[in-house]
Amino acid sequence: MNRIRKTGKQETFRRLLLFSCVPAFLIFLSGSLAAKPVVIGSKKFTESYVLGEIAKRSLIEAGISAEHRQGMGGTIILWEALRSGQIDAYPEYTGTITQEILKRGAELTFEQIANELGKAGIGMTEQLGFNNTYALVMLRSRAEKLGLRTVSDLKNHPELKFGLTHEFLDRQDGWRPLAQHYQLNPQNVIGIDHALGYGALGKGSIDVKDAYSTDAKISENDLVVLEDDRQFFPQYKAVFLFRYALPTPAIEALRKLEGTIDEAKMTRLNAGAERTKNYARAATLYFDSNTTSTAWTGGESFPHKLARWTARHLELAGFSLLLSVLIGIPLGIWASRGGAIGHVILGFAGIVQTVPSLALLALLVPLPFFGISVRTAITALFLYGLLPIVRNTATGLQDIPRTLRESAIALGLSPAARLWQIHLPMASRSILAGIKTSAVINVGTATLAALIGAGGLGEPILSGLNLNDHATILQGAIPAAVLALLVQSLFDLLDRVLIPKGLRL
Amino acid sequence: MSALVQLVGVSKTFGDAAAVHAIDLLVERGKTTVLIGPSGCGKSTLLRLIIGLIQPDIGEIIFDGAKINADKPARRSLDGGGIDTVRRRVGYVIQEGGLFPHLTARGNILLMAHHLGRPENEMLARLSELCALTRFPESLLGRYPLELSGGQRQRVSLMRALMLSPELLLLDEPLGALDPLVRAALQQDLKEIFARLRQTALLVTHDLAEAAYLGDEIVLVNEGRIVQQGSLADLREKPASSFVSEFINAQRSLAVL
Repeated sequence: MNRIRKTGKQETFRRLLLFSCVPAFLIFLSGSLAAKPVVIGSKKFTESYVLGEIAKRSLIEAGISAEHRQGMGGTIILWEALRSGQIDAYPEYTGTITQEILKRGAELTFEQIANELGKAGIGMTEQLGFNNTYALVMLRSRAEKLGLRTVSDLKNHPELKFGLTHEFLDRQDGWRPLAQHYQLNPQNVIGIDHALGYGALGKGSIDVKDAYSTDAKISENDLVVLEDDRQFFPQYKAVFLFRYALPTPAIEALRKLEGTIDEAKMTRLNAGAERTKNYARAATLYFDSNTTSTAWTGGESFPHKLARWTARHLELAGFSLLLSVLIGIPLGIWASRGGAIGHVILGFAGIVQTVPSLALLALLVPLPFFGISVRTAITALFLYGLLPIVRNTATGLQDIPRTLRESAIALGLSPAARLWQIHLPMASRSILAGIKTSAVINVGTATLAALIGAGGLGEPILSGLNLNDHATILQGAIPAAVLALLVQSLFDLLDRVLIPKGLRL
Repeated sequence: MSALVQLVGVSKTFGDAAAVHAIDLLVERGKTTVLIGPSGCGKSTLLRLIIGLIQPDIGEIIFDGAKINADKPARRSLDGGGIDTVRRRVGYVIQEGGLFPHLTARGNILLMAHHLGRPENEMLARLSELCALTRFPESLLGRYPLELSGGQRQRVSLMRALMLSPELLLLDEPLGALDPLVRAALQQDLKEIFARLRQTALLVTHDLAEAAYLGDEIVLVNEGRIVQQGSLADLREKPASSFVSEFINAQRSLAVL
């Protein structure tokens, strides 16, 4: 008896049910989240990664469960994450604390810094044992040819091209005061990613870049550090910052690292990380020479890592898509009715889309509810996926010919029946196309979630970029691309199920 | 009283419809009334007013003794009130058929009956009856509108309009887009159907021959006003104005040539 009824309401509901199954399926694939251990954060450069791994290892050896969120971003992101409790500890440098966190012009003593941080509920370990200050570096051959030895010497060569990291360009103790201090006035200064900058130095597309004095790349690439002959750069003594709220054994495990790493050792560890492309293994070097520790088996196998990245990636893309569908379609229906509200909805969705995805993430991080979390990544992706669905729903509905709308009214169908049985099925092709666009965008954009420590396939891409290691980049990039193609073909299949046959003739 | 629909002083001058002015019109029960006139004269607007797709600025529309238009045109709601009840007592066929492309012929015809929860066996019996009445092969009921010819689509559209046994059938140039042979066949079928069902119908056309063939009463409309009303003979022999003569002469048949 229900054979004929299939064209009616039940059919629509069956389709809708299938609809919502797609994101749910993606989420299901993603599996479950891990338990909540002590969370160590690190900034997006090799040394910070290695120190993060060492801290994690140190905690685990003390019997405390620990997790390392690699390369979460710059100073302010890490500091805010620490203050709000999203991470429990991270490696930092005294100069950075004074300038960027406490925002003091003058150098503070170690005790003054500790006191100031204490007011924010944050503790600081003693020095780990090395000073990683900023430095300007050049290719040795190029420096020798021009007879450059000190930063002051640069004054006579305004034609040299400076390729500086974005953070250094913006820092209060960075490029501007440095240029002022040394009265440098180069014609050409560009911002470039730290890891990519080394390649640019080698190729000669830039002549001078900023670096850290313990950077393994200095010896690897045969670079020279230009002497800070007028003592501009402040001291950057490495320490760990931690929350007072941490349990005492965890704090003690961090304190055990105090005074155990000098410059030579740190450079060696950094070099180890760059050579092996594996931070956990580099951290092992630290423990091998320090203690009689047991064999460390911290490195996960590749399939396991890939599964973890992919699961998180699907979780991010799936949840955000589900939200985009659940909220985007009603908004699209609303917008299709035109008028001021319709314009506002489409305008808002359009504006969100024009904000670069990276900027959207960065804008959400400082907000109270968000911070450095999966929640932030999902929210950003959800907002990003909204426009294609809203716009396609609205267009699909508006494109229904007036004669057919009127036929539905003239028949005496109720408004709800018109929506569910006539308008939505007729707009289904356009709506589905919008959802497909959103899904593919989300799977691609979700790689950026790694920037705020939300994981996913962006994780290997980021660390590979940082290590200048193409193999690691591809470990994330290829699965992400394959995933996008899979999602695309999944939706192509769904088109056949969801779009009524009469519209596919 | 014998009038099923009565328009009293109805005017509509704004919106997306051709304007009509001070229209008084009676649609008699059991008869076919034909609205005829040049394009844009407002004849389709009258149908859209009766089915409640638009509301008159002033005037009254009375269906079966009850006033159906909203008192204030500002409240231009297309829903609510008694209008949906009236719509279910009226069938509406338009030139393009107005069939929903995502539903089969059967789905289109039964859409409203499903919506009202009519018993299944009753619906299927009515469906067979309509197929016989409109000479539509039952084997084609599973096809989608795009798989049907223009004439077949209009037959399906007619079945959809007749499904709930409406008291009034509104037809807005139902044969306008068909080629002459199909058109002639459908004209004949329509005449038979109207006669057999004693159907009250209001038909819009711009073809005088069609009007004369199908209509018991012809209403000539020009520039939103009714110019003359009566049989074709009345119009031809006692034209109310020079426009009536012009309109009739412009549509001279081959026989006259």
